[in-house]
Amino acid sequence: MFERLATEAPLFFNIHNLVFIGQAMGRTLGMTLIGCGVGFVFGLLIAVLRQTTGRLLLPLRFVAIAYVEFFRRIPFLVILFIVLFVIEPLMPGTSLFGIATVAVCLLSTAFLSEIIRSGLESVPRAQVEAATILNFNTLQTLTMVVLPQSWRVILPPATAFVVMFIKDTSLASQLGVIELTFAGKILVNRGFSPVLGFGTILVCYFALSYPLSRFAAYLEKRLAAS
Amino acid sequence: MDYTFQFAAVFEELPYLLGGAAITLQIAFVSFWGGAVIGLFGAIAKVYGGGFWRRLASGYVVAFTNTPALVQIFLLYYALPDAGILLEPLTAVLIGLVLNAGAYLTEILRAGVLSVRRSEIEAAQTLGMSGLQIVRYVMLPHIAKTIYAPLSNFFVWLVLGSSLAALFGVEELTGRAINISTVNLRSIETFTVVAMIYVVLTVIASSALALVGRLAFRVKAKVF
Amino acid sequence: MQHLEIDNVCASYGKLEVLRDVTLSADKGEVVSLIGPSGSGKSTLLRVLIGLTPLTAGSIHVGGERVDYSNRKNLKKLRGHMAIVFQQYNLFQNMNVLRNVTIAPVKIKKQPRADAENKARELLEKVGMQEKAEAYPDELSGGQQQRVAIARALATNPEILLFDEVTSALDPERVKEVLDTIRSLTDEGITMMIVSHEMAFVREVSTRVAMMDEGRIIEVGPPAQIFEEPQQDRTRDFVSKILSH
Repeated sequence: MFERLATEAPLFFNIHNLVFIGQAMGRTLGMTLIGCGVGFVFGLLIAVLRQTTGRLLLPLRFVAIAYVEFFRRIPFLVILFIVLFVIEPLMPGTSLFGIATVAVCLLSTAFLSEIIRSGLESVPRAQVEAATILNFNTLQTLTMVVLPQSWRVILPPATAFVVMFIKDTSLASQLGVIELTFAGKILVNRGFSPVLGFGTILVCYFALSYPLSRFAAYLEKRLAAS
Repeated sequence: MDYTFQFAAVFEELPYLLGGAAITLQIAFVSFWGGAVIGLFGAIAKVYGGGFWRRLASGYVVAFTNTPALVQIFLLYYALPDAGILLEPLTAVLIGLVLNAGAYLTEILRAGVLSVRRSEIEAAQTLGMSGLQIVRYVMLPHIAKTIYAPLSNFFVWLVLGSSLAALFGVEELTGRAINISTVNLRSIETFTVVAMIYVVLTVIASSALALVGRLAFRVKAKVF
Repeated sequence: MQHLEIDNVCASYGKLEVLRDVTLSADKGEVVSLIGPSGSGKSTLLRVLIGLTPLTAGSIHVGGERVDYSNRKNLKKLRGHMAIVFQQYNLFQNMNVLRNVTIAPVKIKKQPRADAENKARELLEKVGMQEKAEAYPDELSGGQQQRVAIARALATNPEILLFDEVTSALDPERVKEVLDTIRSLTDEGITMMIVSHEMAFVREVSTRVAMMDEGRIIEVGPPAQIFEEPQQDRTRDFVSKILSH
């Protein structure tokens, strides 16, 4: 086994393969960043929506709660398949990367909205009242008082979520998106040893994830202390 | 779009799907308890262990929590035959998930052990409690309170995560959904029904866990 | 015409009635204090006045105009004239002292920042906090935070100022500095309504005192009457108990 590795390694780490893996890593990172970016925006919208109390928005709140509760209870793999089967006939020609990204966003929105919601709820009601009596409107209260005080509660678990999320995107390989995991499969199918192929892929994931998880741990410690 | 939904073909297969759901739960169960055993040793090594054991446990946690379970299982499944070990798909998936769960549970259990305050143990000692009594009355209640909610969340996460077994041909819930949809060609309907089964499954699991927590450990766990 | 008129106001938290037919008025520049046991509805009355707790019956007139609390514009106008200082100060934790005082004038009333800051520094000097303009609330003592909260309320140029047990959360040695601050404001023509347990202070600064119990006002009169010749047994009881401390 080790002899095979030793003879194969120089062949495996050629410029062609390295570029291939690098591009795949870019796609993994791309899905993660787009997913978490979009998820943060929509998650924030849902979290704010759920803070409202007006009767007018009641149906919307209901939809938001249902969305969040459902999507946190369905495996990402199943979400991927459903998105694929819905989008393919509706918009033929959508790239697999596009389809996977939509699925990724659906999932991250649900989880991030919960993280943001508990952050918003950590701000005492009295702070909102103080803003209300000074005639702040809802948006001003949110942007000037609530959000600046809740980011330290939101940031550590949100970063930890991104770390989880990098790994979740590996399932997109199933659709045929050439991200890291699929790249590993392709290389192994080309005849390279699985240890070398998947081992390298594991190292790549680690390189993406480890610094971020250290950062999450640092935030946790730093922000919880002050 | 003039797509008409036809759920009848899926509902016919409901017993087959629910059988898959049972396998899903079994995979989650085995992974959870297997992981718990590893996690217990891992947590003890991280908190009380000497340099070597602590570093070993930390390295294990860092390696497994920073890489996807799917690729770990690929490695097991495709690389071990090179070393002359041939694994059944289910075995490979279970080993992968147990090792993965072990890493996460090490961290959860460690937080539980750390939640016990030195001052409370000292207070118990001054009251003349024996070592066993201290564990029973002082340490365990604390640990249970700290870890119960993360543990039940993790179990739900395992139920959902076990779906990757389908990619190795294991016929659990997602695997059976793939089987059906390739025959009846009602993919959207099939996966929608399967998604609902997962929702029901995890709601039942978290409700049951919340109930147990409330009765046994007086932990107020949230279902939603 | 009274500056502030409260007529037959009722309010409740769920099924619990906290205000029952409360009628009270204040002339311009008057200082009216509310006393009474905890849970008698004093703080709720202030919250109703500024629109944080809805009234279920009755009416409130400010400057002769009826306030419609269900109308956003009307409420906004009301809060432009009226300010409240809370027991727990409620300074914005994410802003320093100066920003706490200038945020409403700059962002809500759209005053030029430089003007607002000059005004804020004047107000901070008045409450004795000019040295701490750059400090954040969590670096200040309770008494200091409360004085900043008073400056923040004054920055909106209120005609009516409400004080809700502003010294209750403070250490005894910090109470005086806050009371001194309020005392210095009483001759500025601002109508004030003060909920307080500091009887000596109430007696000194108030033009009239209202005794509340179980959501009702049971007696209103000048301080001399309430503290020396109360007409109601309940008032006599309360005052004698609290003064004997």
